[in-house]
Amino acid sequence: MPTTTEAGEKDPAAAADGRGGPRRRWRSSVLPRHLSLAVLGLLAVTVVMETTGSFANSQLASMAYLGIAAGGLTVLTGLNGQLSLGHGAFMAVGAYTTALFLDGEPPALPLPVVLAAATLVTLLVGAVVGVAAARLHGPYIAGATLALAVAVPGVVLHFERLGGEQGLGVRMPETPVWVLDAAYFVTGSELDPTKYVAYIGWAALVVTYVLLANLMRGRVGRTWRAVRDDEVAAEIAGIHLGRARVLAFVVSTACAGLAGAVMAMAVRITAPSGFSLTLSLTLLSAVVLGGLGSLTGALIGSALLTFLPHLVTGLGTDAGLTDVRAAELAPAVYGLTMILVILVAPAGITGTLRNLWRRRRGVA
Amino acid sequence: MQQLLTTALGGLTLGAVYAAFALALCLIWRSTRIVNFAQAPMAMITTYIALVIIDAGHSYWTGFAAALVSGLLLGAVVERVVVRPVEGKAEINAVILTLGLFILIHAVAGIVFGSRYRSFPAPFGVRGLTVGDTPVALTGFGVFTVLAVMVVMGLLVLLFRYTEVGLMMRAAAFNQEVARVLGVKVGRMLTLGWALAALVGSLSGLLIAGGSLVHPAYMDSVVVYGFVAAVLGGLDSPVGSVIGGMLLGLSLSAVSGYLGSELVPLAALVILMAVLLLRPGGLFSHHAERRV
Repeated sequence: MPTTTEAGEKDPAAAADGRGGPRRRWRSSVLPRHLSLAVLGLLAVTVVMETTGSFANSQLASMAYLGIAAGGLTVLTGLNGQLSLGHGAFMAVGAYTTALFLDGEPPALPLPVVLAAATLVTLLVGAVVGVAAARLHGPYIAGATLALAVAVPGVVLHFERLGGEQGLGVRMPETPVWVLDAAYFVTGSELDPTKYVAYIGWAALVVTYVLLANLMRGRVGRTWRAVRDDEVAAEIAGIHLGRARVLAFVVSTACAGLAGAVMAMAVRITAPSGFSLTLSLTLLSAVVLGGLGSLTGALIGSALLTFLPHLVTGLGTDAGLTDVRAAELAPAVYGLTMILVILVAPAGITGTLRNLWRRRRGVA
Repeated sequence: MQQLLTTALGGLTLGAVYAAFALALCLIWRSTRIVNFAQAPMAMITTYIALVIIDAGHSYWTGFAAALVSGLLLGAVVERVVVRPVEGKAEINAVILTLGLFILIHAVAGIVFGSRYRSFPAPFGVRGLTVGDTPVALTGFGVFTVLAVMVVMGLLVLLFRYTEVGLMMRAAAFNQEVARVLGVKVGRMLTLGWALAALVGSLSGLLIAGGSLVHPAYMDSVVVYGFVAAVLGGLDSPVGSVIGGMLLGLSLSAVSGYLGSELVPLAALVILMAVLLLRPGGLFSHHAERRV
C-alpha cells in the first residue's frame, strides 16, 4: 500500500462476522448511524457550551472552524492522497466573501445564505485550482498550493475594496428574536453573540462532518481510495482519475470556504495576516497528528490546535520566556509532533489507537 | 529606458539568489527525490547564526563562513537523522516531514532569536553604482551576489565533473542499487548531497539578507520562488535550475516594476502553473511527457 497513513478504514472482518446481529445492522446502516452520532454530538456541544464561560465559548468557535477546514483537508489528503498547503488561502476566500456579504445595515442576505454563498464562491475557486492540481502529484502539488498560500495575501492587498493590511471588519447581524427565544427556552440562559457564533460554527461542523462521512463511506469515497492506492488499477476499474481528483479537491475547498466564513464571524475581522502560510501548515499538522483520513482525527487535531497554544504558552512564560517567544512554543510542538508522527506512528492518534485495540483483540 | 534597465539589473541580482536556492532544491531532488521545503527555514537559521557572530563584534566574513559551515552541518544532520527513514517511502510522507521541519525550525528561531525584524549588514555598498554620470541600479552588493553564486556554481560543476566524490555522488543519484554494487557508500553520498545543498541554500539566505532585514519568515516566499525556478529548469538539472532562477528573477522583477510588488507571488504561481501544465519537464526538457 503506497500510503500507510490511512486511519479511517473500517475493519471488514468485524462487519462481516456473524456475531451480534444488531451490531452488524448498526454498522451497515450508514445514514442513521451518522445522523444519530450528529445529534449526540450537538447535544454534547450544547452541554459544554452552556456550562463554560465566554472565553471557552470563543475557543470552541475557533475549534469549530479549524475542525471544518481540517475535516476537508483530511478527506483530500488521507483519502485521495493529494496534499494541499493552500487551505489557508481558501479559508481567506470564504472569509472575505462573508465579510463583503455581511457589509451593509441590515445585511443583504440572511446568515445561512451568506454561509452557503461563501462556500459556493470558494468551491468555484477550488474547482479552478483543482482542475490544474489534478494533474500534479506529491511534491509538485505541494509546491503549487504553497505558491497559492503565499500569493493570496498579496492579491488581497492589490484590491483596495478588501481593506488592505488592516483588513475588513465583519459586521455580525443581530441575533434573530426566534433564536434568542428558542435558546432561552432550551437552556434557560441568555444567548450572547459569542455563544451564538459558536453554535453556528458547531452546527456547520456537524452538517459538514455528516456529509463528509457519508461521502467517505459511499461510492465516492471508495473511488478516492482506489485512486490513492493504485492509479492504474483504478483506471482499469473504470474510474476517471482526473474527475475523482477534482471532485475531492472541490469538496475539500468547499469545507475550507465554510470554515473561513465561520472564522470571519468568530474573529470579527478578515485581514491578510490571518491567512498566512502558518495557518495552512498548522491545519496540515492537525490532520497528520489526528490521523490522515479520519474525521475523528481531524476533530482531535483541531482541538489540539485550539487548546494547546494556551497551555504551552503558559508553561513557556512560567519557564521565563517572554510572551512573544513563548507563543512560538506551540508551533514548535506541532512541527516536532508532525515529524515524530511520520517517523514513529504514521497512522496518527486515531489510527495508532485503533491498531493497538485490534492487536489486543487479536491476542485475546 | 531607465526603468527597463533598473528592472533588468534588479532581476539579475534577484535571479542569482533564486538560482542558488533552486540549485539547492535540485541537488536534493536529484539524490533523494524529495523536495526539501525546509530549505527556507534552514537557510534562515544559518543567517541568524551569522548575524549573532557579526553582532558579537566579529567581521562579516567570519559570520559568512560560519553560516556556510553550519548550513553544511545542518544539512548532514537533517538527512541522517530525520530524512533517512522516509527515503524511498510514499512521497507524501517525505513532503509532510519536510513541512514539519519547516514549522519546527521556524518556531525554534522565534524562540531563540525573537520574532522582531533585525537588520543584516552587507560587506559592500548597497547604494547604486554610477557609470559615467548616470546612476545604475546595480549595487556593489548586487555584483557580489551574482559573483558569489557563479563561483559556487563553478565549484559544484568542478566537483561533479572532475572529482571521484562527485562521480560517486552522481552514481548514487542515478541508480542506488548499481552504485552500491560498485562499492559506492550510497548513504554517505546522500548525506553529503544534502549537506552541499544546505550550504548553497545558506548562501542564498545570506545574499538575500545582506543590507536588508531578517526575521524568522523572511525566507518563506523564497522557497516558493526557488521551487518555481527549479521546476522551470526541470527540477532535475542543475544548469536548468540556474537558468530557471535567472529567468524567474527577471520576470518577477518586471512584474514588480510594472504591475506592483504585491502581485509578485501571484505571478510566480501563474508561471508555475503554466510550466507544469504546458511543459511539465521544464523549459529545456527533451522528453515529450513526464509525470509531475
